[in-house]
Amino acid sequence: MSTEGSYYVPEQSKLPLAAALGMGVMAFGAGSWVIEGGTSTVFLIGAVIMAMVMYKWWSIVIEENTQGIVSDQLKHSYVLGMYWFIFSELMFFVCFFGSLFYVRVLVGPWIGGEAAIGLFDDTATDAAIANATHLWNGYDATWPPLVTPDQAVNGDVAKFIGPQESMSFPGWSQILGWLPLWNTIVLISSSGTVHIAHHALKEGNRKKFNRWLGFTVLLGIIFLFLQAEEYIHAYQELGLTLESGIYGTTFFLLTGFHGAHVTLGTIMLLIAFLRGLKGHFNEADHFGFEAAAWYWHFVDVIWIGLFIIVYVLG
Amino acid sequence: MAHGPSESFFSRWLFSTNHKDIGTLYLWFSFAMFLLGGAFAMVIRAELFQPGMQLIEPEFFNQMTTMHGLVMVFGAIMPAFVGLANWMIPMMIGAPDMALPRMNNLSFWILPFAFAILVATLFMEGGGPNFGWTFYAPLSTTYAPDTVNYFIFGVHIMGASSIMGSINIIATVINMRAPGMTYMKMPLFVWTWVITAFLLVAVMPVLAGAVTMMLMDINFGTSFFDAAGGGDPVLFQHVFWFFGHPEVYIIILPAFGVVSQIIPTFSRKPLFGYSSMVYATASIAFLSFIVWAHHMFTVGMPIAGELYFMYATMLIAVPTGVKVFNWVTTMYKGALTFETPMLFSIAFVILFTFGGFTGMMLSIAAADTQYHDTYFVVAHFHYVMVAGAVFSGTAAVYYWLPKWCGRMYDETMGKVQFWIAFIAFNITFMPQHFLGLAGMPRRYADYGLQFADWNMVSSVGAFMYGGAQLLFLFNVIRTIGWGKPIDDPKVWEGAEGLEWTLPTPAPFHTFSTPPVLK
Repeated sequence: MSTEGSYYVPEQSKLPLAAALGMGVMAFGAGSWVIEGGTSTVFLIGAVIMAMVMYKWWSIVIEENTQGIVSDQLKHSYVLGMYWFIFSELMFFVCFFGSLFYVRVLVGPWIGGEAAIGLFDDTATDAAIANATHLWNGYDATWPPLVTPDQAVNGDVAKFIGPQESMSFPGWSQILGWLPLWNTIVLISSSGTVHIAHHALKEGNRKKFNRWLGFTVLLGIIFLFLQAEEYIHAYQELGLTLESGIYGTTFFLLTGFHGAHVTLGTIMLLIAFLRGLKGHFNEADHFGFEAAAWYWHFVDVIWIGLFIIVYVLG
Repeated sequence: MAHGPSESFFSRWLFSTNHKDIGTLYLWFSFAMFLLGGAFAMVIRAELFQPGMQLIEPEFFNQMTTMHGLVMVFGAIMPAFVGLANWMIPMMIGAPDMALPRMNNLSFWILPFAFAILVATLFMEGGGPNFGWTFYAPLSTTYAPDTVNYFIFGVHIMGASSIMGSINIIATVINMRAPGMTYMKMPLFVWTWVITAFLLVAVMPVLAGAVTMMLMDINFGTSFFDAAGGGDPVLFQHVFWFFGHPEVYIIILPAFGVVSQIIPTFSRKPLFGYSSMVYATASIAFLSFIVWAHHMFTVGMPIAGELYFMYATMLIAVPTGVKVFNWVTTMYKGALTFETPMLFSIAFVILFTFGGFTGMMLSIAAADTQYHDTYFVVAHFHYVMVAGAVFSGTAAVYYWLPKWCGRMYDETMGKVQFWIAFIAFNITFMPQHFLGLAGMPRRYADYGLQFADWNMVSSVGAFMYGGAQLLFLFNVIRTIGWGKPIDDPKVWEGAEGLEWTLPTPAPFHTFSTPPVLK
């Protein structure tokens, strides 16, 4: 609630219009890029505009803060902005987790001709029976689905060929060679290291802050490296691709969007790290870092959900 | 804080950080889109004037129905209410501006780019989106023109605009209220908008997810919406309506807020049941998340699902009924006068309630099998979208325009516009109920001879309604340029609230020093 005399309302700025232009060019460029025969030129021009605008915009915000014209009330606006941004990101993942739930718990059994949830209704619907007898005869609904409905009917000429193997828990005997477990260890540790860095900063121990934040960025990069390794393994050895039916679809979209968010989070932390080296932030005022840390905890929480639902219960 | 509006026209309107200027931009943009979407509607009604194909090709007709819906929902109605929020929320809560003024301008300027991309597809090879504004897969994936990719990325940036705009509104309301402006003292327009903003932040990312899945299915071989790979086209409908049902409340809740400001003013009584209005709005918002599949009764759902979504949907009538009774009770024994904003608001209460009742009919799963995808549905949602959202938006402009520009609109012209709009609206959409009940499907370029009479009546009404909008435009321009100057801060005798303590016309900067409330 407003308690002071004046709230800083910035002067006119060319940046918002430039940012909108960058987004517009990127959107148009992306649209023309994915169409057959399209090129990435326009998209990249938009991305360059966007990158320049973002650099300039945040420079100005940092500048305003060092000049001391940013009141506590304005800082609270930034805090609220970050909270709700993270909430919107959460809802984006809710969309994909919900879709996974729907196809896995309901659609699979329906295509296979069974009743989906026995709780309300344990007889198969007419539609499900018709599916199984007329459309997808021979499809056996299991999760993870290694045979797609298409494959069950059309064999090797099917458009969607299931993977030879899934990414699920391979059993206790092979647990040490299971990459997702290592990824989980790396990412959870990085949430711990960023927490240590945060406390170090609050205590004014800058050396410790720099060290642990740098360590966190490194863990983020290791995670991304392992994730890339996993994808290469999936494509080259397991036949698990975007085209391998609903399992590949949900697996790559969920882990892929998580990976994209880890990339963004790593960049945010890297910027905070570089700013820390330049002597930015102090014990009381370090929201640029704090926001990145919250975002990092958020991607960590999403990973725990992914690890349990996509990998362990996969 | 000393800086006033920029001297140069271009820098004032392109680089603004002022909530009033940005609100004005939103309002003019939305009116331009309203005329464009209206022009698409006129093409549709001209083609449907008589049975048979006379003016356009069926393929183009499909693009018109799609673009009409998209432009009206995302380009006209939503930005109109964001414009009103920009103008009014800081004035109503005693704030100097919006919490994040530069992001505010970014949220606005994304929209012209997004709609330029969307409209440009009409001129590209393959034509624009032709799969209906709900863009169901596989129509929008397997069978869509290549230009669907532009549509997808256009929706992405439009969603980014909505999310940023909403975050700004939430931050403003939480953080910028004047001392003493507790939550339960906030004007209802502010309450409805902060709840709307919450809905937007929650569901816009889901829309982004839906179009992303389309993009992947179209270009990268995934099978979200393809049963051959183990996916399901119905998944699209679930994801879309998980966004889409809250979306229709995103459109109507700010309209509730506007009407809840206007009716007390012209009844010269405080709003009846203020706190019940707040709780009803919150309940409607909550319910909007758990009723989405009532749009999908005929796709093949287990009976338990049909029953659940039917009963849950009917529950919405309870908080909505609370609102309608509160508006009526506010007017009861009030000293009523019928200026143009009040006329539009009363028409809103009556016609929105009518649209609500047809909604109750549609919520009955068994009966919906008959109504689904007929003109009955078209009539239903135009009663809530046009007589609901558009009427209240018009009322809001007439109500606040004198405050904004310090000039009074022409009351006679306003009333004439109201009566033409009210009568023409009912001529257009009332017959569509009959057409739908008789079985005429929506989104078809041609129809059987038995539907000819009511279609002709509906088209005549639509052209009249379009004409009333031009009168509205004329009245607004005339007011801004040549209206009778006024300087009474209150403008309306019965108006209450912080926004009416500011001078008329409202100064460029709102409350540089926060007012103190008792």
